[in-house]
Amino acid sequence: MRRKYFQGLGFFLLFLSVAITLSFLAVILFFITVHGAKAITWEFLTQVPRDSMTAGGIAPAIIGTLYLTFGAVAFALPLGLACAIYLCEYSPKSIMVNIIRISINNLAGVPSVVFGLFGLAVFVKFFKFGISIVSGSLTLGILALPVMISASQEAITAVPHSLREASLALGASRWSTIKKIVLPAALPGILTGVVLTIGRVAGETAPILFTAAAFYVRGFPKSPFSEVMALPYHIYALMTEGTHPKEQTLIAYGCALVLLFLVLSLSIIAVVIREKQRRLR
Amino acid sequence: MIKNNVKMRAEGVNFFYGSRQALNNINMDIFSNKVTAVIGPSGCGKSTFIRLLNRMNELVAHTRLEGKILLEQQDIFDTAIDPVDIRRKVGMVFQKPNPFPKSIFDNIAYGLAVNGIKDKNFIEQKVEESLKQAALWEEVKERLHDNALRLSGGQQQRLCIARCLAVEPQVILFDEPCASLDPISTAKIEELILELKAKYTIAIVTHSMQQAARISDHTAYFLLGELIEFGKTQDIFTAPKDKRTEDYVTGRFG
Repeated sequence: MRRKYFQGLGFFLLFLSVAITLSFLAVILFFITVHGAKAITWEFLTQVPRDSMTAGGIAPAIIGTLYLTFGAVAFALPLGLACAIYLCEYSPKSIMVNIIRISINNLAGVPSVVFGLFGLAVFVKFFKFGISIVSGSLTLGILALPVMISASQEAITAVPHSLREASLALGASRWSTIKKIVLPAALPGILTGVVLTIGRVAGETAPILFTAAAFYVRGFPKSPFSEVMALPYHIYALMTEGTHPKEQTLIAYGCALVLLFLVLSLSIIAVVIREKQRRLR
Repeated sequence: MIKNNVKMRAEGVNFFYGSRQALNNINMDIFSNKVTAVIGPSGCGKSTFIRLLNRMNELVAHTRLEGKILLEQQDIFDTAIDPVDIRRKVGMVFQKPNPFPKSIFDNIAYGLAVNGIKDKNFIEQKVEESLKQAALWEEVKERLHDNALRLSGGQQQRLCIARCLAVEPQVILFDEPCASLDPISTAKIEELILELKAKYTIAIVTHSMQQAARISDHTAYFLLGELIEFGKTQDIFTAPKDKRTEDYVTGRFG
């Protein structure tokens, strides 16, 4: 009887934890939606800002965030995947590899504003890319690398060893085996890495603070070396700068809603691709 | 000097995992167009031995080999030799069926593709021929583009054999190929092995003494990393010279 009572209590507490967690998420979504929805109009999504940020739309910020996100993924995916392949398939199992692994994990723990400073010093100043989409994308890409690497590593290690043996026993080289057997089998996991990367990158503010973002840019970015507006930074700027706090707060909520929606839909696209791949196997 | 009918030969082979010695001074011949069975209790080194014959051991870190393994006249561990070439000549079928998560057709075409064959007609022909040789064609000819993982365990293992045959090795190594199969599938594989020896040289590791007795011409008995006895299968099972072999084949041990 007592044991049953404790078990019931245990389950209840676990359920409560889940409920509390989910309720935070629900409150955030509800709050942002209710406040943001008032701002959302067709004009808001498609027009450039007017009247010192109190009217018009946020289209340049949406476009800017998309550019930065794709740029970061385009940089982090090949580099991260190559690192993961090397670490899993080629490097001899040694102390050195463990040190590399630990370093990569530590990279994930570096505060994002530090990445921002690094990007400013290296990409903006040293390489003279200026405050631009390129500098911002590279900075975000570096920030996303650890996520990309560990997700790819997990996916690659999850491919059964027996498949590698089968391939090698047929006279395939290690590289053919990786290219034609290991990577296709690991693809769903790698795409999960892309999803996580998108989620991580699209919402970051600090890394683009000094490397890419501007509060106001006239029109849309014209080249990869242009400054851009970006949603997360735009929210920050609207809440801290400018002269019309009331109107700006409303627009900030609108931006937050759009950003949430954007990240969510990009993730959904990646999940759909992953599921399709899984079914093909 | 190696006689003509010796396909592979182990000469004074010692093998180590780290500091643990897994094989101790193995000297043994594998004859052309014969089935050689390797038997012995778990952990006796029989799988380790057979995996040396196509250099699969190299996938495990911290191992060391002493002695020579010859394929015809050639030492396969010679530094000038690419393990990829050896594995092309010495194929392997594994304990658990391990088809690629691809279609039946692509499973077989893969080996041809990685060996540089691009001619589509040839590949199609070879896929059919290999499946026929592996006695699987009739069961799968209508669904060559289905995923191989939908086949039953026994069919998967025959697909793995077909896949191996397609690249035309000279020697085929079987590492307990029936360990995860039911008796009917096992019988089919055994029948197949007997047919294959006309064209190929075969070495098979097995836990089943009945299987060794049914299909092999020569049998090697391994115990604790040593080759205790090697001879004609009939002699090993009816008139073993070593007491330890006798204990094992009569079921008193192992």
